[in-house]
Order: sequence, then structure tokens, then C-alpha cells
Amino acid sequence: MSHHIVDFIDIYFTYPDGKQAVNGITCRINHGESVGIVGANGAGKSSLLMLLTGILLPAKGEIRVGETPVTKKTLSVIRQKIGFSFQDPDDQLFMTTVYDDVAFGPRNYGIDEPEVKKRVMKALETVGAVHLKDRAPYKLSGGEKRAAAIAAVLSLEPDILVMDEPTAALDPKARRRLMNLLKGFLHTKIIATHDLDMVLEICERTIVLKEGRVVCDGLSPEILNDEELLEQCGLEKPLALQNCPVCGSGKLYGSLLEGTGK
Amino acid sequence: MIVMSNIIKSLYNIRMLDELAEKRTFIHNIHPLIKVLTTCVYLTVTVSFDKYELSGLLPLIFYPVVMITLAEIPMIPILKRMLVVIPLIIGIGIFNPLFDHKPMVVLPWIQISGGWISFFSIMFKGGFTILAALILIATTGMTRIASALRMIRVPRLFVLQLLLTYRYISVLMEEAGRTWNAYMLRAPGQKSVNPKAWGPLAGQMLMRTYDRAQRVYQAMGLRGFNGEYNPGDVKKVTVKDILYFTCWAAFFAVSRYFNLPALIGEVVTGVMK
Repeated sequence: MSHHIVDFIDIYFTYPDGKQAVNGITCRINHGESVGIVGANGAGKSSLLMLLTGILLPAKGEIRVGETPVTKKTLSVIRQKIGFSFQDPDDQLFMTTVYDDVAFGPRNYGIDEPEVKKRVMKALETVGAVHLKDRAPYKLSGGEKRAAAIAAVLSLEPDILVMDEPTAALDPKARRRLMNLLKGFLHTKIIATHDLDMVLEICERTIVLKEGRVVCDGLSPEILNDEELLEQCGLEKPLALQNCPVCGSGKLYGSLLEGTGK
Repeated sequence: MIVMSNIIKSLYNIRMLDELAEKRTFIHNIHPLIKVLTTCVYLTVTVSFDKYELSGLLPLIFYPVVMITLAEIPMIPILKRMLVVIPLIIGIGIFNPLFDHKPMVVLPWIQISGGWISFFSIMFKGGFTILAALILIATTGMTRIASALRMIRVPRLFVLQLLLTYRYISVLMEEAGRTWNAYMLRAPGQKSVNPKAWGPLAGQMLMRTYDRAQRVYQAMGLRGFNGEYNPGDVKKVTVKDILYFTCWAAFFAVSRYFNLPALIGEVVTGVMK
């Protein structure tokens, strides 16, 4: 299953204005892994995801998706393997109906119309948005937009799901629905987020970034319970791992930490 | 706050054309290529009339009227959109009555100069062509128009430009709406943007819309967009489509070569005699 392995090999990237966003990141994400990428604002999370999808190309180093290096020439192949969901679903939804939007990707890859229809309906069913198929994307609520944007990505049947802040601006119920949805996906998942509670629930592994470097890479329950580390990186313990603010006792995720020595 | 709501309203107006294009009437079901060609013929015939041939031009109103009725397009919003362009057309034609005093229509109680005739001719031509374009968008949708243009071998770059510009308009307006809200919320009592803030505001908007357009384009690229828009459900041209085109083309040709109002007038007056 080496074709679903993502390898970042000593990656550097500097924006044209001189901001060094990524400063030598090396890590490997294995097939089927669910990885949370966390860090303060400007830590390099979004840049890393954009490098992975080839929106940005590294100044130095190499990114490999399976056996294929991410270069200008391989973008088409890479992008068929990776489904990227933007932070703002509005950026992603540009067609006049949800159906056309979800069908946009498969049609671009020359898939014939009956198959496109099958894929679109399957993707919409997966995110529970079949009833939205004839609606105009800009008329949807935040949660519905997010669901449509994910369906648009899923219709390409990617091997790797990459998401930038998927729970941002979602109401608690929509957030919960999305999390349940993500739990059900067997894809490799790479999620950049500030929602550490979500990472704790969905991602078995967490990579902490600071100033474009990997500060820590390990099991989520361990990392997210390391108050000192989180503090250094401009983060805070997930609420589920904090004591009750009223009585000061009872960690919701205490059971997760058993055996980790924390 | 009035202008702010106008920006947001305009945005909804632009989107309304897209929504209308999703209807499923007889006209909507005609092949996009046929509708594009019919519109082209209509535009060519409309602008081919001589500047004094006002009466010959009049039957061409039949086309937008029939289309609006059959496609169930609401009249008022379409006419409102036309009003936006009317000042421009008036600007083009307004000097004709001033410079062209040659009497063209002489009635016992009034003389109408060639200038006024040509002015109204420009107004009608302008109105008809805009109406036809709006009807085309409202019955076909920009994406299907783009695919029709590709079918007639319009270069990919032009079609892409058209599609992205159309998309950019709504991006620009969304950003303008947001910027306006942000400004007005911190500038109580002001009815419009202070001229001092125009520069930074326009600059900001340009940068933000550029970023946003970039992200939209990236999202397209990530899903395999390579400059060729694929509408998916491309139907074949059917006999019904060809019949539709033939009927309209015949009507336009008759309107062009025969002055229908004059003919009808002669028939009526002949009968009366």
C-alpha cells in the first residue's frame, strides 16, 4: 500500500514577501492514518497542505505521494489521489447547483456521464446532502456548504483526504455531524485545525508545528495532554482533557490517557 | 446603509439570472448551441437596419416577448437590468437630434427630424440587443453558453476569460458588500464612503478579490480543471432544435427584407378602402 504514503522530505518554503512558512519539515504519513496538524496561527499548517496539493511548490526538499513526487508535471496525477477541502467552502463551490459542483471534478477527468451521476449521488449520500443537489450553493447554511464541499472532494474518490479547518464556523451540531462523518471515512486523513477536541476524537496521530517546523509528532492523547508543549506552541489543552471548570475534577477523556503515563 | 443593501441586492440579482437558467421550460430545453446561434442571428439582423429604418425594426420586439413568455422569465427584473445600460445608449444617441434636423416624417401637426428617428432607432437597437443577451443568459446559463461557444470553435482562452470574468463579478461584489459593511459599521452617520478612504478601500478590495479569485481558481485546478469547462450533460441537436432555429431565422429574414408594419398597414388600409 506504498501508493498512499505521503512523504515530506526536508521541505522549505518562503512566500514572495519573504515570510518563511515552512522550515525543513520531514515526516511520513502512512496509509489509512488519521493525522491532525496543529499549531498557532502562522505556524505553517495551511502552507504545508498547499505544498502537498501542489498549489505551492517547495523551494527545497521533496514531497512524495506514494511513488510520485509532487511536481508541476505530476499535478494531475497527484490531484486525483488527494481530495483537498478548503477552509472556506465558498471558495470551493462555484457552480450554480450543488449537483454540478460535485460533478465538476469527475467531469474534468473525462468520466462518462452515467458514472459521474453515480459518483455524485454516492458522494452526496455519504455526506447526507442528497436533498441539496438542486440547490444553489450560496443559499446553503454553513454546515450544508461544508457537506457539499466535502462531497465535491469525495466524488473524485481520492485516496487521501486533506482538510483545512473543517470545523471552522460550524455550529455544534454541524460540527458533530461532520466529525461522525469523518470517523466513518477509511481514507488517509490529514486535518489542519485549531479544534483540538476534534483532533483528539478523530486523529490517532498529531503533528505539532511551530514557525514552520515539526515540534512534536506522536499519539494524539499524549501530545494533547502535554500542557507545557501546547503552551510553547501557542495552543491549549482540549476542553475534553481539562478538568471540570466548576468542580475541578473529572476529565472527560481520562480513560484515553490510561497507560500513556500522563 | 442604503448603498450597502444595494450591493448585496445586485449580487442576488446577478445570481437570479443563474437561477432562472436552471428552470425547465421549452425554451430552456433547447440546445445551448442553437440558442447562441439564434441570438447571434437576431443581433446581426437588429444592428443591420439602417439608422432611419425605425418602423422595420419594430417587429423584432416579437422575439424577446415570445422568449420571455415561453421561458417564464419575470419581466420586471429583466427590464431593471436593461435600465442600467439605457443611460449609455442615450449617451450614444442623444446628439443625433441636435445635429440632424432634416425632416423625415411630415405630418400636418408635427414634423419629426431624422435625428429623432435615428435616436429612437439606436434606443431600440440597444434595448433589443441587451434584452436578447439577458434572455440568452437567463434561459441557458453562462456555463452552457461557454460550452456552446467552444462547440463553434471559439478559442478556449476567450471562453475561459468569459467564464472567469463572470465568476469574478460575484466574487468582487461579495467582497465589496463585506468591505462596505465593515466601513459603515465603524462610520456611523456617514451616508457614503468618505473620499479620503476611497483609495485604501479600493486597493483593499482589489487585493482581497484577487486573493479570493486565486483561491477559487486553485479549487478548480485541484479538481482537474485545465481550462476546458465540461458541462457534462451535452445533448445532441435534435429536429426540434433545428426547427426552432429555422422558424426564428425565417422570421428574422422576413422582418429584415420586408417592412412588416408598412405591409400590414397597406393591407389594413386596402381592406378599409
